[in-house]
Amino acid sequence: MTEQPMVRFENVSKRYGALTVLDGLNLDIARGEKVSIIGPSGSGKTTVLRMLMTLETINDGVIWVEGEPLTHMKKNGTLVPADLAHIRKIRAKIGMVFQSFNLFPHMTAMQNCIEAPITVLGMKRTDAEARAAELLDMVGLSQKKDHYPSQLSGGQQQRVAIARACAMRPKIMLFDEVTSALDPELVGEVLEVIRKLGREHDLTMLMVTHQMGFAKEFSDRVCFFHAGKICEQGPPNELFGAPKNERTRQFLHAVLEAG
Amino acid sequence: MGIRTLIGMLVAAVAVIAAMATQEAYRLFLPGLLQGAVLTIEIAILGSLLAIVMGVFAALARLYGPAPVRWLATVYVEIFRGTSALVQLFWLFFVLPQFGVSLDAFLVAVVALGLNVGAYGSEVVRGAILSVARGQWEACTALNMSRAQMLRRIILPQAFVAMIPPWGNLFIELLKSTALVSLITLSDLAFKAQQMNQNTFKTIPIFTLVLLMYLAMSLVLTIGMRLLERRASLGLARGRAG
Ligand SMILES: Nc1ncnc2c1ncn2[C@@H]1O[C@H](COP(=O)(O)OP(=O)(O)OP(=O)(O)O)[C@@H](O)[C@H]1O
Ligand SMILES: [Mg+2]
Repeated sequence: MTEQPMVRFENVSKRYGALTVLDGLNLDIARGEKVSIIGPSGSGKTTVLRMLMTLETINDGVIWVEGEPLTHMKKNGTLVPADLAHIRKIRAKIGMVFQSFNLFPHMTAMQNCIEAPITVLGMKRTDAEARAAELLDMVGLSQKKDHYPSQLSGGQQQRVAIARACAMRPKIMLFDEVTSALDPELVGEVLEVIRKLGREHDLTMLMVTHQMGFAKEFSDRVCFFHAGKICEQGPPNELFGAPKNERTRQFLHAVLEAG
Repeated sequence: MGIRTLIGMLVAAVAVIAAMATQEAYRLFLPGLLQGAVLTIEIAILGSLLAIVMGVFAALARLYGPAPVRWLATVYVEIFRGTSALVQLFWLFFVLPQFGVSLDAFLVAVVALGLNVGAYGSEVVRGAILSVARGQWEACTALNMSRAQMLRRIILPQAFVAMIPPWGNLFIELLKSTALVSLITLSDLAFKAQQMNQNTFKTIPIFTLVLLMYLAMSLVLTIGMRLLERRASLGLARGRAG
């Protein structure tokens, strides 16, 4: 018996009016797999993550998480669009880190990390604080737990955001260009935290990135998106080392050119 | 205007009232006017509280309510914004009894002014909620919060700061509108002034005192709102400025 994929996009399409952003996407991600998504601007990379986080609705197809539909629910043997209660049940398995951090500005690092565990998971404050303290330690910010976001550098804010997402104990973590808003010298510390997360936690990770070096070293698989479709995918060595598709070659060439 | 200027004006207004009170000729007006001022303040405070409640509920209803609730809230807001407070007072006080519902004049005053200002307030609340960055909502969704949890814990606390100045303006509008209640038999500050004026014809001192009293009340309000704004934005500033 083959194991259920952690995430399955089954023939998923997304349109904005006349613009088709994703066109019949099929993508399976295995438990614990680290998948990087690369591709030119506007190719639909962010949209893939946002649909999985239920920040966008989909127009066609079904998204599955651990064998259960996320966008739909079963009713009398057929799939009907999911209601909010169902979405929240499945969504609990997914966490996301954003390009622009999106920390809560009126809360300290610690408060950011305990808010949802207390209000959503119903954890006791002391337990939530203990867990948050561990996570802030993991991202190297135990010293900064009482700081407000504005008192932190971009890299520190992003690390708090990672700790905050982890505090909900998701099985799947989504990263959307999480280092793009950072000064170059702060990129490394955030990538290091993601590496650590990959090593120490049993997480399935899906990340959109422009850091080709990181994608190559970190991921089990790389998907190259072009115009709303997966144009080519494979292990990083193959995709970066010997791209088969002409578009992939052009893209990688252009990216490496730009440095 | 700086908060010091405002406090200076308040002190000056109170000082002039006090100085006038030392004059034998003016002193006899004071007790009656103060009595009226107390009623004015009561109506203004209770009306403002009702306005806040109505404003928040109408805004949430229009943004997130199911269709019938949304329509109801829209109808409420449009009726109370689209007709004058005077007509609303008259309608509740003189027309409603024809349908068998007689309300006490004080209650009518609070309800009419509260509903009237609440209708404007709902737009303030709505705008402030919508002005919170989209990323904040998305972070809440990613943390699997319910709509109520997001609003209560994340969105409203941030929207609150943006709401304070426009609410300050609305409270002052409400305070000034209380003068209308003299037309439905209530002895507020404006009514007392007219009554005394008709009896004594001491127009200048009476209306000067009344003017200063209204000014003092609205200055207290403005100063209070400024302090609240300063405190609230301090909380956020720790999160904004670096
Ligand atoms: N809310 C929206 N309304 C209309 N069009 C949208 C919306 N969001 C995204 N799009 C369009 O969908 C397409 C894919 O967007 P998406 O953000 O997924 O691209 P991306 O691959 O992440 O690009 P980038 O590398 O620039 O982040 C783009 O053409 C974009 O303009
Ligand atoms: Mg993107």
